[in-house]
Amino acid sequence: MSKYTEEQLEEELKTQEYKYGFYTDIESDTFPIGLNEDVVRAISKKKNEPEWMTEWRLEAFRVWEQMEEPEWANVHYEKPKFQDIAYYSAPKKKPKLNSLDEVDPELLDTFKRLGISVDEQKKLANVAVDIVMDSVSVATTFKKTLGEKGIIFMPISEAIQEHPELVKKYLGTIVPTTDNFYAALNSAVFSDGSFCYIPKGVKCPMELSTYFRINEGGTGQFERTLVVADKGSYVSYLEGCTAPMRDENQLHAAVVELIALDDAEIKYSTVQNWYPGNKEGKGGVYNFVTKRGLCENNAKISWTQVETGSAVTWKYPSCILKGNNSVGEFYSIAVTNNHQQADTGTKMIHLGKNTRSTIISKGISAGQSQNSYRGLVQINSRAENARNFSQCDSLLMGNACGAHTFPYIEAKNKSAQIEHEATTSKIGEDQLFYCNQRGIDTEKAIALIVNGFSKEVLNKLPMEFAVEAQKLLEISLEGSVG
Amino acid sequence: MLKIENLKAEIDGKAILKGLNIEVKAGEVHAIMGPNGAGKSTLANVIAGKEEYEVTEGSIELNDEDISELAPEERAHNGVFLSFQYPVEIPGVSVTNFIKTAINETRKAKGLEDMPAKDMLKMIREKSELLEIDRKFLGRSLNEGFSGGEKKRNEIFQMAMLEPKLAILDETDSGLDIDALRIVANGVNKLKSKDNAVIVITHYQRLLDYIVPDFVHVLHDGKIVKTGDASLALELEAKGYDWIKELA
Repeated sequence: MSKYTEEQLEEELKTQEYKYGFYTDIESDTFPIGLNEDVVRAISKKKNEPEWMTEWRLEAFRVWEQMEEPEWANVHYEKPKFQDIAYYSAPKKKPKLNSLDEVDPELLDTFKRLGISVDEQKKLANVAVDIVMDSVSVATTFKKTLGEKGIIFMPISEAIQEHPELVKKYLGTIVPTTDNFYAALNSAVFSDGSFCYIPKGVKCPMELSTYFRINEGGTGQFERTLVVADKGSYVSYLEGCTAPMRDENQLHAAVVELIALDDAEIKYSTVQNWYPGNKEGKGGVYNFVTKRGLCENNAKISWTQVETGSAVTWKYPSCILKGNNSVGEFYSIAVTNNHQQADTGTKMIHLGKNTRSTIISKGISAGQSQNSYRGLVQINSRAENARNFSQCDSLLMGNACGAHTFPYIEAKNKSAQIEHEATTSKIGEDQLFYCNQRGIDTEKAIALIVNGFSKEVLNKLPMEFAVEAQKLLEISLEGSVG
Repeated sequence: MLKIENLKAEIDGKAILKGLNIEVKAGEVHAIMGPNGAGKSTLANVIAGKEEYEVTEGSIELNDEDISELAPEERAHNGVFLSFQYPVEIPGVSVTNFIKTAINETRKAKGLEDMPAKDMLKMIREKSELLEIDRKFLGRSLNEGFSGGEKKRNEIFQMAMLEPKLAILDETDSGLDIDALRIVANGVNKLKSKDNAVIVITHYQRLLDYIVPDFVHVLHDGKIVKTGDASLALELEAKGYDWIKELA
């Protein structure tokens, strides 16, 4: 008999284990720990990079050396010891693959255990998958179909070799190397990531999908993603993450840059499920990510994120609405449980006329976790008739967690219209009993209530991703109801 | 169907039910009436298995099986349905999604596959017509912004979908205007069969004009102090509850 009280709800939320806690034993090629100019040069050399790229990295490194780790976020953690991290790790077996059958069976098994097997992915007819495993892409599919449309979708390390002019033109233009501590670090040492270019007027016929995954113990992960949508083009990009269980904290400092030229649209969706640490708050990934997009005239960028993992999250996918009539959107679900801490939100920078932005943020806190929304809406003096709508909802479970909202609004143009709404609610025993009485057990009831709460954001995800995200929400919050 | 013997229950150490007996057979409609604070809603919640209430003595049998140790969802799987006096809101969960989940979870508990979407749709159509429910209503968030009448109609709609063996209607008439009352009562009457039973908990005679009970019980201070046929309800309406209190 499952007697259910508020205390037990809390108890159950504490007792769930990380489902993806395993370690794939693939031989790796890892640099010794520590970071200096020689290591930066070595990374660049390892990847056969041109001189300009090496110089770009070194410049970033020199800036980073002078910077201090930011402390303004509402998170508390032991700072990573940056000289104790290995800055490069690549699977040693790196054969050229003509088909997925040639992929290391152990790697395929890893993906199967994640419930995102490549086989499964292949069946999702319209999804091209570029899998990033510990920094280096080991499988790329559907390249041919994309190639016919002139779409470039490849690991950024290859793009540096094959399309240096494009990479050079756009890399670091949205998130400069000097932007912040983690962005500078990423610029210096990024190992790999994805590059995507959609030519003028082309609507990408499939969702572009990448799975990121940290594998090697003690390895930092520094992904770099660059998406350029040329005039009048459209692309929907999916990024999903899971990481195996590790005792020491792992650092993940990614940078994502999006560029939507005139009349282009980019949809960028993320499901993040890095290892959150155990229920005592030991271990887990530090997720310090810089994501930013630029909209030219009539362009649109939508960020949708489902954040369920990581011990500490520090992430603000943002839009610079430079062009007139451009549109920025941010839809977010952030779940924290046990001792997880999340400080996440967005920045909408309105520069052009008639620019519009929408922010929908749903925070779900359980256990002893802390969940903060931090957002900036900035209307600059020349941004006539700018509009923003923000909605920040928090759902609390139990009495030991916290939800915080830090909305910043700066309006320098009188024609601006800004709306902000916020709510906080709690899953009540009455709601659970009502569901129970209809034959729905407590675990399922929590999933139902949480999915209902998150619906506006889940609806923004591409179909196959939404199903996975819904599953993740359930896993993140599921207990062991007897 | 339902057999309750010497049921004693308390909440936060305070005794509410103090040795209650009732037997409800398949095909019957029982009304439970009584003044405020008599323990009517407690009885409904205890049968449904709400955890805050502690059963200290006695038994609750459903079809000869003691259900008093079962979790609320297990009682629901066994065919107990409670129409809530105050149905709760679940934002973002549509009426359809909620009832679909309830039906499929109940089927799962019985080792059955999910109900095929086609069958579910057909059933929803039938039952919503029965309760004069608009299709748009089914897409709305459960009970969010519903009027009193809509909430109660939705409860009976769920009852119609779940086809329980024992339905307990807790103050289903409160907050209903006369038209809604007629629709709800009409729905309940159509759902009645020789295989199921209904317990109507009410303060007033009004609902019993539409749902005619086979038995009327008067609950006072945690016990049933008088049982009669439908005419007892009329007598209570005319004379009030004070004379009952003296009986106790």
